[in-house]
Amino acid sequence: MRHTLSVVVENKPGVLTRVASLFARRGFNIDSLAVGETEDPTLSRMTIVVSADERALEQVTKQLYKLINVLKVQDLDPREMIDRELVLFKVNAPADRRAEIIEIANVFRAKIVDVGRASLTVEATGTSEKLAAMENLLRAYGIKELARTGKIALARGSRDA
Amino acid sequence: MKSTGAQAIVKSLQAEGVEVVFGYPGGVVLPLFDALYDADGIRTILTRHEQGATHAADAYARVSGRVGVVAVTSGPGAANTVTGIANAYMDSVPLVVITGQVATHVLGTDAFQETDITGITIPITKHNYLVDDAADIPEIMAEAFHIASTGRPGPVLIDVPVDMFRAEIAYRFPERISLPGYKPTVKGHVKQIKEAASLVSKARKPLLYIGGGVLASNAAKELKELAELMQLPVVTTLMGKGAFPEDHHLYTGMPGMHGGKFTNYAITETDLLFAIGVRFDDRVTGKLATFATKAKVVHVDIDPAEIGKNRGVDVPIVGDARSVIAGVIERLRKMNAQPRTDAWMRVIDDWRARFPFHYHASETSIMPEYVVERVRELTKDRPTIYCTEVGQNQMWACQYLRIREPRTWASSGGLGTMGFGLPAAIGAQLARPDHLVIDIAGDGSIQMNSQELATAVINKLPVKVVILNNGYLGMVRQWQELFYDRRYSSSTLPQDCPDFVKLAEAYGALGLRATTPAELDDALLRAFEHDGPAVVDVRVEREENVFPMVAPGGSIDEMLGGIPGGPVSEMLDGELLEEVWE
Repeated sequence: MRHTLSVVVENKPGVLTRVASLFARRGFNIDSLAVGETEDPTLSRMTIVVSADERALEQVTKQLYKLINVLKVQDLDPREMIDRELVLFKVNAPADRRAEIIEIANVFRAKIVDVGRASLTVEATGTSEKLAAMENLLRAYGIKELARTGKIALARGSRDA
Repeated sequence: MKSTGAQAIVKSLQAEGVEVVFGYPGGVVLPLFDALYDADGIRTILTRHEQGATHAADAYARVSGRVGVVAVTSGPGAANTVTGIANAYMDSVPLVVITGQVATHVLGTDAFQETDITGITIPITKHNYLVDDAADIPEIMAEAFHIASTGRPGPVLIDVPVDMFRAEIAYRFPERISLPGYKPTVKGHVKQIKEAASLVSKARKPLLYIGGGVLASNAAKELKELAELMQLPVVTTLMGKGAFPEDHHLYTGMPGMHGGKFTNYAITETDLLFAIGVRFDDRVTGKLATFATKAKVVHVDIDPAEIGKNRGVDVPIVGDARSVIAGVIERLRKMNAQPRTDAWMRVIDDWRARFPFHYHASETSIMPEYVVERVRELTKDRPTIYCTEVGQNQMWACQYLRIREPRTWASSGGLGTMGFGLPAAIGAQLARPDHLVIDIAGDGSIQMNSQELATAVINKLPVKVVILNNGYLGMVRQWQELFYDRRYSSSTLPQDCPDFVKLAEAYGALGLRATTPAELDDALLRAFEHDGPAVVDVRVEREENVFPMVAPGGSIDEMLGGIPGGPVSEMLDGELLEEVWE
């Protein structure tokens, strides 16, 4: 089963290596990972998507807590979290098909962020499902290049104390 | 007060009460060795190899209960500590390893003797640091000692670029440290402790399964009290040896691959496995699916990640062994719980009598088991610390010695590091100058760090090395005999190369040899009475195997060799069993 872990760590050099190395040596695959500073500049939040059964997840959580730089590990409930990812699609766009691509972008509330002679670059944010649907549609035009940030997530406000 | 970074490190060592630093100098660590040169109260032991320094510090820590300290240079010096650090990590031994590093401005340029030692040691340290501001040194030193010695102990490495050693800082020993991500749970959960006590009071066939965690938390006294209060049989793992006196009537041996048959039967039959400071290692459990299947499991450990890692648990208790055991005792006393293991102990005693460790004695040839027995008997009345190398020698030491006191045993458990024993004996001797220190060795293992004989001789550390010389990598040969059709690939070592007597003499140690059983006692006694280091080359029966043995991946009650006995289901005395069940 897929889990989204939200891991608060000290914002120090080498912490990403420690976390990534732990997943690798304990045999857990990371599906995606995104890191950035939090509201407190001394802390970073890592959002890690991992496929694991309950027992493996418990073990990886405990192992994460053993890292001195790890402060908090949350397994976010998919029904109680906000998650987003940002994707840049560079799509083949001959002049006669540009309108269609722009139309698709609009439907998905995506933005055209660069226009080339034969391509358009689309910036889209959303859940993994939405982005997968969009990718599917854009594939018909030929995706020249694609970059994604990996998922970031927070627990919903209703979960706050 | 102004100091250099190197002086600050030495002041921190003094503030932590460090008396011995094991190490080896080299280019970038020279400022630190310069500061150690006339440091009050700190003795620096120069080993002959950085691996030796790390193992010596490791055993020093095991025997003294304090943090072992290592100082080495960058590059190869740091890399040579890796095996020693991995060894300490696997066996949860507190170390602080200080490595020199190339100067900050050339870091990352593949400078001379540069190696990314913090990167290399991430998986084998509890934590590590690369100093990038010399002003942080006092805090980092204090944190390192705190992390190494609290919770589940382990090695911490501090990598110090040479310019950080030289930089001038204002030294102040930090009064408190702030580690928001590190708060080990010491006190066990009260409800869980009650539950454990209740299970203990009801169990008919309980068994205490004791590991290194009990030694780490200095809980031997509490353990004995608990065992005696409820008359609970006690098994100790290789790492737990010394936590419970092995001449006690409740002592039920070492479990696992080369453990006692009676011990493995007891584990297979127990209805309450009370596990404290253990990690259900594969060498103990054999096939997990058939391990202690009749038992409820209480598991006490200060490391939450160990609980439920290999074996499901009925009552998990995260906490320090000493505090949790004391809590269980208190609860049992309140309940006025009475021991009810009389019949169970008779079952165990019956097994113990029927399935002791056993070998065929010989009048002409020295059996390795006999050597260990003689070492045991000849040291019975004097305070002795036993170290081992790794392999058959280690397993025979486990089977035939009687470890009676905490911290008198140092053996490489989790990592199984050949070459551990001699440097370990050196560290142990420094921790306990008044004890006889013996390294039970094999002819293969001893050669991995025999250069440390120089360290022993020069520092007047009278360690005794007893080599069970069978001219083989004995355990490898045993596996090849049993599982590889006797094809002794790369496992034969000529018994007389090197000549261990001459080797000892070359270093200025006493070298002795015994080739017949009649010569053995004399050689051992002369070595033990000698006032300096001694090596006894004992030419033992070459193809003796360590038995009994659980085949790799097998069930622990189905053992090869030893006194014949089937699985536990066939080994139960009907009448006794009825009493246990009544």
